[in-house]
Amino acid sequence: MSGTDLDALPDGGKHADAERPGVTEESRWGKSATGASIKGANALSLHVPEPVGRPGDEPNFSHVALSAAGEVSRPAVDAYAGDIKAHATSLVRVLSDDHEAVGEWAGATSLALCVQGLRAMMKVRAYDERMLIAQRQGKTSFYIQCTGEEAISCGQRLALERGDMCFPTYRQQGLLLAQDYPLLDMICQVFSNSRDKLRGRQLPVMYSAKDYGFFSISGNLGTQFVQAVGWAMASAIDGNNRIASGWIGEGSTAESDFHSALVFASVYRPPVILNVVNNQWAISSFQGVAGGASATFAERAHGYGIASLRVDGNDFLAVHAASKWAERRARSNLGPTLIEWVTYRAAGHSTSDDPGKYRPKGDAEAWPLGDPIDRLKNYLIKQDRWSEAQHEQTWTALQEEVRAATREAETYGTLNEGPKPSALEMFEGVYEEMPEHLLRQRQKLGV
Amino acid sequence: MTMIEAIRDAIDTMMARDQRVVVFGEDVGYFGGVFRCTDGLQEKYGASRVFDTPINESGIIGVAVGMASYGLRPIAEIQFADYVYPGYDQIVSEAARLRHRSAGDFTAPMVVRMPCGGGIFGGQTHSQSPEALFTHVAGLKTVMPSNPYDAKGLLIAAIEDPDPVIFFEPKRLYNGPFDGYHDRPLTAWKQHPKGAVPEDYYSIELGKAELVSEGDDVTIIAYGTLVHVALAALEGTNISADVIDLRTLVPLDLAAIEASVQKTGRCVIAHEATYTNGYGAELAALVQETCFYHLEAPIERVTGWDTPYPHAQEWDYFPGPARLEKAICRVLEGTALAEGAAAQANGGANQ
Ligand SMILES: Cc1ncc(C[n+]2csc(CCOP(=O)(O)OP(=O)(O)O)c2C)c(N)n1
Repeated sequence: MSGTDLDALPDGGKHADAERPGVTEESRWGKSATGASIKGANALSLHVPEPVGRPGDEPNFSHVALSAAGEVSRPAVDAYAGDIKAHATSLVRVLSDDHEAVGEWAGATSLALCVQGLRAMMKVRAYDERMLIAQRQGKTSFYIQCTGEEAISCGQRLALERGDMCFPTYRQQGLLLAQDYPLLDMICQVFSNSRDKLRGRQLPVMYSAKDYGFFSISGNLGTQFVQAVGWAMASAIDGNNRIASGWIGEGSTAESDFHSALVFASVYRPPVILNVVNNQWAISSFQGVAGGASATFAERAHGYGIASLRVDGNDFLAVHAASKWAERRARSNLGPTLIEWVTYRAAGHSTSDDPGKYRPKGDAEAWPLGDPIDRLKNYLIKQDRWSEAQHEQTWTALQEEVRAATREAETYGTLNEGPKPSALEMFEGVYEEMPEHLLRQRQKLGV
Repeated sequence: MTMIEAIRDAIDTMMARDQRVVVFGEDVGYFGGVFRCTDGLQEKYGASRVFDTPINESGIIGVAVGMASYGLRPIAEIQFADYVYPGYDQIVSEAARLRHRSAGDFTAPMVVRMPCGGGIFGGQTHSQSPEALFTHVAGLKTVMPSNPYDAKGLLIAAIEDPDPVIFFEPKRLYNGPFDGYHDRPLTAWKQHPKGAVPEDYYSIELGKAELVSEGDDVTIIAYGTLVHVALAALEGTNISADVIDLRTLVPLDLAAIEASVQKTGRCVIAHEATYTNGYGAELAALVQETCFYHLEAPIERVTGWDTPYPHAQEWDYFPGPARLEKAICRVLEGTALAEGAAAQANGGANQ
């Protein structure tokens, strides 16, 4: 507020108390209500965080605290949360710049699993690329890519077991593809066609796959983080050994549901991995708008006495090793772990977004943690388990697989052409049994 | 102007006139909002008056209550009406009742703006019309404009209002007067008389409806997108109807409704929100109370179905002109007009 006297305002600033006799603006507020008469050193001002770079600026990631690969220790799985606080500000990394796996977190991941992970990440990328094209061609209304973040969902899924339940956001397609979930089913959902398992009801990418430990995605941010805690509590109540994995973007950690999740996880210590994917941006808002400029997201766990790690999310080996650590902890009844995955959202937020409007050009390329697929590929090549030629071949084969699945999906229709789910599907499933009033409405529509 | 420009212009106008006006919400500051309603305002008024917030709707509305009680005039944007629910407690338990419970010691003059309604293939989380959840709450005013001219005047009135105002912006109207014919080419606001928006300050009193079409056979009460759908439903028929654009749901211009229905004796109510306990139920009750002896036929309601808003079946859900026309025919049943109109309706492809 720039030193304007209330008297100068159009209504003299009277609205709020206009109807209260005896209360004048002067007596109630004095002259400093809007900073009017306090000037200079004593005047308050609002702190509004700003990112280091905007369009036109050079990419700059000097604010992202990094550790060297291998630098951060691997605590015992039963470590006391209070003893590993430093792990919330350091960065667990395994893959070094010269493509070696180094340090205490290395060795948790076999080469065979790395190859599996690489294929899964490549499949995710091939799928994203094809669906982006399909959206541009009008075959669907909307799509969300996870470019640059593939290691996180693929690496964690490969650390979990069948029967565990993930509560993903819209950016964890890797949780499905790392398990060879049928591409055709995913594409039919994206196309909202006659073979869509969700019957055309849901927005594209909001998959649901109970058999694959993949909870139905909600479009409402943060709501499912606390549900993951509840599911894990249920597993503990039931005396089972299944664990839950909750997912949230760093922007959405601002939601109250994030804090609800942490307090319940703190109180009941259920078997849950609390994943915070810090891809630096929430649509146009940089991570500082979610409080990331004041403390790391991993540090938030400390107030609740929850163990936490801050991990390189573009390093498949670090992702897998840290996930395995948290998974062991959870399954051994040692309680929840929060993991902040440090990564970068290389693509737009969604097909409705143009990141060129709010962040520096070349940011994704300048991201200091590189590309997760390239890094794992280079590691495997160095280990003699992979080659450029194999990589090329695999990529071409995966692209063809996705293209073939897309073609097949099209025979069942796309959003704007061909067979569609019936209008009846809209009335079905609101309740288990269709009540009288919905029957009437259905008849009115004539379906 | 488009409706987006009109809304931006209203905020701009008020920010220039009144230093107490501040605006904030998710992606509202630097980027100017996902629908661009605040584009350029941060540059013009600075980041302490126009800023991005954390993704926390209860926080957004909670801080708005705090600022309003201090004496500012906050305008909070909720990115989509579908995301207002985490902030519902702050609206219902706090903003709405602050004046009453403190006997006027504290008040919450604030505006909560949010895009609502479907028609953009937004699925269940970018399409809802939850206005009835707010009209049900004592202490709130609820507004839903149907065109750029009204949007600017009503938003200015809302900002100046001493009480909290929930301001719904039908997103399908942002760029043109959408009449429900989704398969026809878009029309732009610049081809519509209500797209002519003066750049100067003006306000439209909350609680005043507008009669957008005048006739004797039937009254159609609508607001938001359905105003345009109602006009489209009448097109090509020989039905002469009063079409009332409510503009404000609370306070309600009951006098305008009464005068019209007492004249026509027939009433159709249209909104995009779900049927059961929709605002149409309140309107139907009021028409019954005030016009019972003038009514010639049962009141009809044309609304969204009582289901979540679907993605693929969007146009089966949306109450388009054909559905509205059928309802109009039903209330005209027995009159000569009904026959002609029915033939017309059966020819229409749009559900
Ligand atoms: C409750 C709620 N508020 C707002 C939105 C709109 N919205 C969708 S995605 C998004 C940004 C989320 O950012 P982040 O949590 O960082 O995840 P990311 O998209 O970066 O993966 C916003 C604001 C929403 N979907 N739900």
